[in-house]
Amino acid sequence: MMLRLAITGLLRRRTRTALTTAGVAVAAAMLLDMVMLGSGMRESFRGFLEQQDYQLRMSPRGTMPFDTEATVGGAAALVARVMADPDVEAVAPVLGGKLFVTRGDSVVAAFALGVDPALQADYVLVEGRDIAAPNETVWNGAMLEAAGRAVGDTVRAAAGYDPQLRRYTGARELVIVGRGRFVMLSGGELAAALPLATAQGMQADRADRISVALVRLRAGASADSVASRLELAEPRMSAISTEAALRFVDERLGYFRQLALILASVSLAVGFLLVTTLVTVSVNERIGEIAVLRAIGVAKWRVVAQVLVEGVALSLVGATLGLGLGLITARWLNGILAAFPGLPAAFDFFLFEPSAAFRSLGLLVLCGILAGLWPAWRAASLPIAKTLREEAVA
Amino acid sequence: MSDTRPSRRSEELVLSARDVRRDYPVAGEPVHAVRGISLDIARGEYVALVGPSGCGKSTLLNLLGAIDRPTSGTITIAGRDISSLSDAEATRFRLTGIGFVFQRFYLMPTLTAAENVQLPMAEAKVPRAEREARTEELLGYVGLAGRSEHRPYQLSGGEQQRVAIARALANRPALLLADEPTGELDARTGAEMIEMFARLNADGATLVVVTHDEELAKAARRVVHLRDGVVVDDAGRAAP
Ligand SMILES: Nc1ncnc2c1ncn2[C@@H]1O[C@H](COP(=O)(O)OP(=O)(O)OP(=O)(O)O)[C@@H](O)[C@H]1O
Ligand SMILES: [Mg+2]
Repeated sequence: MMLRLAITGLLRRRTRTALTTAGVAVAAAMLLDMVMLGSGMRESFRGFLEQQDYQLRMSPRGTMPFDTEATVGGAAALVARVMADPDVEAVAPVLGGKLFVTRGDSVVAAFALGVDPALQADYVLVEGRDIAAPNETVWNGAMLEAAGRAVGDTVRAAAGYDPQLRRYTGARELVIVGRGRFVMLSGGELAAALPLATAQGMQADRADRISVALVRLRAGASADSVASRLELAEPRMSAISTEAALRFVDERLGYFRQLALILASVSLAVGFLLVTTLVTVSVNERIGEIAVLRAIGVAKWRVVAQVLVEGVALSLVGATLGLGLGLITARWLNGILAAFPGLPAAFDFFLFEPSAAFRSLGLLVLCGILAGLWPAWRAASLPIAKTLREEAVA
Repeated sequence: MSDTRPSRRSEELVLSARDVRRDYPVAGEPVHAVRGISLDIARGEYVALVGPSGCGKSTLLNLLGAIDRPTSGTITIAGRDISSLSDAEATRFRLTGIGFVFQRFYLMPTLTAAENVQLPMAEAKVPRAEREARTEELLGYVGLAGRSEHRPYQLSGGEQQRVAIARALANRPALLLADEPTGELDARTGAEMIEMFARLNADGATLVVVTHDEELAKAARRVVHLRDGVVVDDAGRAAP
């Protein structure tokens, strides 16, 4: 009966209830997005770096981690030296470059990766088979689509193209043997993988050169100490461990996470204040009703519970709507941020972790309960006779 | 309503007030609203409290109904001293021991007539089936059998007051208190209400009614006159 009283009370003030619920939903969505954003980038980076299962990344000193223009020579010897380190289990050399194919009159340019198919960690095969011969290649879906080709086709491809002279350099016949998902690339980017030697051979000045070497360590090896050892031994290269990269990212994202935390707290406060306002207003206009309930013998805590139910109902419905709204806005914002040039497609700014999401929304509902507590207790504790008298006068 | 009919033994006191005082602390001089009232009411009595405005009728009624606490003195209702109850005990006592009828009906506006009547029973944890049966019985008793699903705004003042009476009777209280129950009603509806109270009393209810309405006071078998917070006349008092 008291529950009915609470619910019918909310329904009686439909517009106000709807507006407050909408407000709580927005606050909840914001809260959720901020929680998702706070952990999303970091976790995304981690998943991203760890999925390669290589703990160290060696690149020419003084270059950006994803830069493929810079290369180092003497690659075979370099790889052999790194392999000789007792803590190193495997080394995957990679050479970045371009691949050009024609489609009718137009030229399609893709990002090309020369890899060792047995060791590579740059793509995951989703169709066909992996590279097994020097003239074989794996493309991603975007590249197949842009070039109008399918797995199984043989194409003529070049490593260089001069648009003024319309001249190709390093042209080869290649067989597309598979389709892959390239983990480091953003969604729309065109990509192709070739055997390392083929990629080196197609480019005039890239013989025995690589852009990056991924290093897998034996179990128990300390990534940081191996990294500094390798940097000492190979002065042309810098080696960065996944852990160090994560620390670096963490440091950079620290401000970002702080901002997310502050905005999340603000959302929580806004939700709390909204519910408090509504409950206070609704309690104040029902002071008389509450005094009557008390006069006919309704226990104080039941009156308080009735008011609390209102706050809980508001924040529960608001939080549920906010969950949906938050997920939609997160996806939308993710779409905007993912278009940021140079970021891999697999990169998510907003990570939905059910436990964190429900914890934060639970916190919001808890705020809804607390919001009602004071106004409810105050109203239920007013002297009954005096309140009835004042209400009769009013 | 045979179940509320008590045995008519005039010596069986439902209410006994002894030297009850109620001061309101107001800035400067405190207001002595009730200044030393002693009153005995036997089971089955129908008492009207009358007197000029401001003489302390409502204050006294609130004290008798345990929604206010006397500054001094004792009030015993159905053998229980209610002047020293804790808040929770007083609340429980109001729920089961007292039925209150207000001048302005004070129904819960969002609940139907039936739900308003059920409210005190639900609070007293009366099982649903019993609650519903009694609600039907009570609404029939006050002549609103067909209106149980109506909400207060769909009812006239007189009908709302009947619902309020049904609500007051819900938990079979020892004492029914009413503060100017005809105050908001026109003469005709007021007359119906007076009949209703007479019938209630005839069916065994012990009634204390505060009123300015001479007709209502006349219907009571005992009229207690107050002035300046004291009893000045107590006509028709049951023989001790
Ligand atoms: N809460 C209060 N604070 C201060 N004074 C009060 C309060 N309640 C009542 N009084 C005073 O106590 C006196 C008695 O009031 P009460 O309401 O009991 O009179 P009443 O006989 O019911 O009058 P009426 O017939 O007009 O309803 C009045 O002087 C009134 O002003
Ligand atoms: Mg009065």
